[in-house]
Amino acid sequence: MESVGSIIMYVVVALAIIVFSVLAVTTRKILRAATYLLFTLFAAAAVYFMLDYEFLGAVQIAVYAGGIVVLFVFAILLTSKPGDKSEKLASKSRTLGLVGAIAMAFVAGYSLITRSMLLLPKPEMDAPTMQNIGEAMLGTGEGQYLLPFEAVSVLLLACIIGGVVVARKR
Amino acid sequence: MEITAIYYLIPALIMFCCGVYGFITRKNMIAILISLELMLNAVDINFVVFNRFLYPEQMEGMFFTLFAIAIAAAETAVAIAIIINIFRAAKNIDVRDLTKMKF
Repeated sequence: MESVGSIIMYVVVALAIIVFSVLAVTTRKILRAATYLLFTLFAAAAVYFMLDYEFLGAVQIAVYAGGIVVLFVFAILLTSKPGDKSEKLASKSRTLGLVGAIAMAFVAGYSLITRSMLLLPKPEMDAPTMQNIGEAMLGTGEGQYLLPFEAVSVLLLACIIGGVVVARKR
Repeated sequence: MEITAIYYLIPALIMFCCGVYGFITRKNMIAILISLELMLNAVDINFVVFNRFLYPEQMEGMFFTLFAIAIAAAETAVAIAIIINIFRAAKNIDVRDLTKMKF
């Protein structure tokens, strides 16, 4: 049995995820879409906090909300004038998109609600401490992730170089 | 009321379907990228929820999400560099008008 506070918190977060993600893909002003994306990412971070993964929630806010959305806003301001509206959707592509999305929601939703193992209550868990996370990130044993960690660092370096090379003025 | 895994998976599913809808219908390349971020984020939520509810003593789902966030950041940076380059060459980032790859 959950406390009333956590149920209220859950309802707010779930509604924020649904409403803002719908708005992000239906609004016609691109800068507003980026802002709604920011709110959706904050709500996802709130989900991580509610599930006791504090470090993950902090990473989500720092990288997604702090980094990627700022990048989006810069790119939008570089490529369009503020106040630009995208033109109205052709009804054909809108129908296609709606049919695809609703069919997918129906199939996936049906397979979700017929799984009884998803109805178990939340088990007890010691929230992973920073020491656990650090050891798992930098260890080489089973369930430890030094190799992916280093691979991601090489990927980020390649991405920095690639971004500079692609976007530089010739 | 007990908040079970399905209560987190349904909003994530709706978020993913919004991403699919936006990916199909939007014409602006940055809007397509925003839809892509929505889809990636919905999948991240699913990983964390399955980790928390089914295998609470392990941390695999959490680490997968951490690396997915890092890779999504790298991917977005490169994609935006490409979009800015296309804008410089074609003065436009509408996918319908970009019919020539060579410029």
